[in-house]
Amino acid sequence: MIQADLNIILPEIVLSVFAMSALVGTVYTAKDRAAGLLTWVTAGVLALVALWIGLTGEGVNVAFGGMFHDDAFARFAKVTILLSAAVVLVMSQDYMARRGMLRFEYPVLVTLSAVGMMMMVSAGDLIALYMGLELQSLALYVVASLRRDSMKSTEAGLKYFILGALSSGLLLYGASLIYGFAGTTLFSGIIGAAGDGQAPLGLLFGLVFMIAGLAFKVSAVPFHMWTPDVYEGSPTPVTAFFATAPKVAAMALFARVMHDAFGGVSNDWGQIVSLLAVLSMFLGAIAAIGQTNIKRLMAFSSIAHMGYAMIGLAAGTALGVEAMLIYMAIYVTMNIGTFAFIMSMEKDGKPVTDISALNMYAKREPGRALAMLVLMFSLAGVPPMLGFFAKLGVWRAALDADMVWLVVASAVASAIGAFYYLRIVYYMYFGEEGETLETGRAPVLWVCLMGSAAVMVLGIINLFGIEGAAAAAAATLVN
Amino acid sequence: MDNLLSIVTFIPALAAAILAIFLRGEDAAAQRNAKWLAMIATSVTFLVSLFILAQFDPADTGFQFVEERDWLMGMTYKMGVDGISVLFVLLTTFMMPLVIAASWNVNSRVKEYMIAFLVLETLMLGVFMALDLVLFYLFFEAGLIPMFLIIGIWGGKNRIYASFKFFLYTFLGSVLMLVAMVAMYADAGTTDIPTLMRHSFGSETFSVLGIQVVGGLQTLLFLAFFASFAVKMPMWPVHTWLPDAHVQAPTAGSVVLAAILLKMGGYGFLRFSLPMFPVGADVLTPLVLWMSVIAIVYTSLVALVQEDMKKLIAYSSVAHMGYVTMGIFAANQQGIDGAIFQMISHGFISGALFLCVGVIYDRMHTREIDAYGGLVNRMPAYALIFMFFTMANVGLPGTSGFVGEFLTLMGIFQVNTWVAAVAASGVILSAAYALWLYRRVVLGDLIKESLKTISDMTRREKAIFAPLIFMTLWLGVYPAAVTDIIGPSVEALIQNYDMALADGASATQVAAAE
Repeated sequence: MIQADLNIILPEIVLSVFAMSALVGTVYTAKDRAAGLLTWVTAGVLALVALWIGLTGEGVNVAFGGMFHDDAFARFAKVTILLSAAVVLVMSQDYMARRGMLRFEYPVLVTLSAVGMMMMVSAGDLIALYMGLELQSLALYVVASLRRDSMKSTEAGLKYFILGALSSGLLLYGASLIYGFAGTTLFSGIIGAAGDGQAPLGLLFGLVFMIAGLAFKVSAVPFHMWTPDVYEGSPTPVTAFFATAPKVAAMALFARVMHDAFGGVSNDWGQIVSLLAVLSMFLGAIAAIGQTNIKRLMAFSSIAHMGYAMIGLAAGTALGVEAMLIYMAIYVTMNIGTFAFIMSMEKDGKPVTDISALNMYAKREPGRALAMLVLMFSLAGVPPMLGFFAKLGVWRAALDADMVWLVVASAVASAIGAFYYLRIVYYMYFGEEGETLETGRAPVLWVCLMGSAAVMVLGIINLFGIEGAAAAAAATLVN
Repeated sequence: MDNLLSIVTFIPALAAAILAIFLRGEDAAAQRNAKWLAMIATSVTFLVSLFILAQFDPADTGFQFVEERDWLMGMTYKMGVDGISVLFVLLTTFMMPLVIAASWNVNSRVKEYMIAFLVLETLMLGVFMALDLVLFYLFFEAGLIPMFLIIGIWGGKNRIYASFKFFLYTFLGSVLMLVAMVAMYADAGTTDIPTLMRHSFGSETFSVLGIQVVGGLQTLLFLAFFASFAVKMPMWPVHTWLPDAHVQAPTAGSVVLAAILLKMGGYGFLRFSLPMFPVGADVLTPLVLWMSVIAIVYTSLVALVQEDMKKLIAYSSVAHMGYVTMGIFAANQQGIDGAIFQMISHGFISGALFLCVGVIYDRMHTREIDAYGGLVNRMPAYALIFMFFTMANVGLPGTSGFVGEFLTLMGIFQVNTWVAAVAASGVILSAAYALWLYRRVVLGDLIKESLKTISDMTRREKAIFAPLIFMTLWLGVYPAAVTDIIGPSVEALIQNYDMALADGASATQVAAAE
């Protein structure tokens, strides 16, 4: 039995062993001198594991008596997580090396957090869930304060840690309530105890606490307070990482807990999730208007986007989960391009994050400005960019589930939210004559930016076929 | 040639891609290349689009040149034209070469300028051809992006305000339409426009938050579409973005805006609102009619007091669009024929009027009416052309402007005499503001020192106006050129509309009897 179980979690084992041996190996040999190489190698390994999972995985495999599920849903999320982590590592390498903050711990920690995320999306049990979540979070807390000599970075790390611990506490409290009322920590057992449409009050209490903890991880309003500060304080490559892989993992975990453990009472959590979604969309749209720092702006933007993705979850149907997965995949692609751009913003060799510094950027760098324009309109959800289809998908799912008010509210929020994306375009194209940014000559960042923009335009032909994969993934989760 | 429509639509986009990828540099030679490439691309598009007209069969009221391919999320890429849309396609392809020619003096960021206009042409053509809801929305909405840039980059002093206002106003209107589209998809299970035209959406009265919604789902869907099309049209009271956008946009941008983009609203009413939500349309017709009449009278009065030439013409556009909505919602043959005719003719006339402003703006760099006077002394050719289009704008018989106004008034008179009476007063008001503008700018003595050296129109400028004058006169004396093409399709539209209403009425009676 144990042999079969181990086979199922082989990718996780491979990555863990790789991370640990890389850590030990570099500590005793080259230390930070090997950091650049290690980053590339790690990115390669992550991408290979993603390919391995994506190409060879099939069927539903359950390990350790139901604690670990390897199904199409988990695989979709894992491939997205691993690929985005790999791309972020590649993007960070040059940026961090030039600023002297590339340490060999960075790729190792990213790998460990990726393992945690893989655990999260495969969890079939409250304890497995918590283990994955903590492995991911602890690695992220450290990465946030990677610049030990910077006040802001350490502040970001500490803030993230304290609030993250609080949310873990909420989640654990919820988990213990659920255990108390369901008598089991396995999702398959909880769904039986929760029953069809009617759950014991104590279980619902636990559910609410669980949702609060998970909402913190996806940075949904009102559990979003950490996001802008952590995004702003962390080094930009780390921010890019926060905005991509962990968000996918958290959303996927959210969906898994809701559907696998509480699928019978989807009306109950559907209301909570739609409220979170509406609050996130509006706060994200309105609070971003006044921001001058592009990293803070992206923080609010990600809050808003989590709101849209949660619409798919709130629908409580397979179509909704499919739409959510597609949304997350598109969201991650857009964010990678945007952060590639932010990392290339500099003046006199120093990174710049002030939006007004983009003044007349289009004149100096027409190609990059055009790519950024595409990404901004895509983030705003303006057709023909892919971001529009992401929104269309979740709206379709929500209307299918008769949630008209949610769709109307999100339509209004998206019109408000369009304003701040336009403001970036405004600075790049309509600003006044004067000093503008330089952009570092990092070919990797250029490739990521252009690639991501190209995906946003070309994707409308057939979404690169992820629609079918997402539909299959959703079908295994919701039945 | 079974994908003629796609070819026409994507020639400009292809040219834009070539410009974006292969053209380098900002020097005079590169600028000239960009202009010529854009000119050739738009001209070729026009010539190819003539094939559509040549092969178009007016007697067939269905969609022609249909092409269909599978697309994502259960939608299809489906294009086609019928009698209602085919002339808008031709209007677009006809105007674009003139627009490019009118931009020959642009000298900042020429490459981007031409790319923006070429992309815009593709998107505008797509709007008139799309036969899939989402595809329609995609083209409809994406057109905002190039227009936003055109106003924002090449616009006047207050361009930033105008471009944001333009974008956010229209964006908010359209997202509500998108919600309605998704709701239609959920209801009918398809995004195919011809199928949706046959689908009857629920029209049973229900109550939302204690308010009785007469006409049920249809009324709600109609309102959501109305939010978008009324802003686009633009109808009073959501017209305020238009004067700002027009004033700040460069000449070519104003021409495209007035001649083509505004027509999307009217086209939308004819393609979606009337055929798909007949009951909803019927319920709200009085509201729309009175809004149109207010637009005609109120904006004409506002036009009278404008000091900026472009703003004056912009308000006159709003007034003329009032005739269009009035004609459409009269829902009879003359009304809708007139509305479409008015849209086509307004495309030529208002486009030409903005070009007229552009001619003197290029010379004096001001649009203040007070800065001019007595231009006839030094610019006789200009005075003649400007007079011609002023008269056409007023609706002088013999020009196309007359036919549109006359038909819409005739259509509405059969439906609602009061609305017709008030709207007719708009004809007088339009004569007042247009002639007064002409008097102040062109006639009188040339006393302003700055105007003493102004030169008359160049040959290029005259060449731009020639086709517009021809079309205005031709349609004025031979309106059948248009009505023959649109007639059968409009007739079919009205038949379906009346039938759907009759069904709805009998259903209501049955429900009442029970």
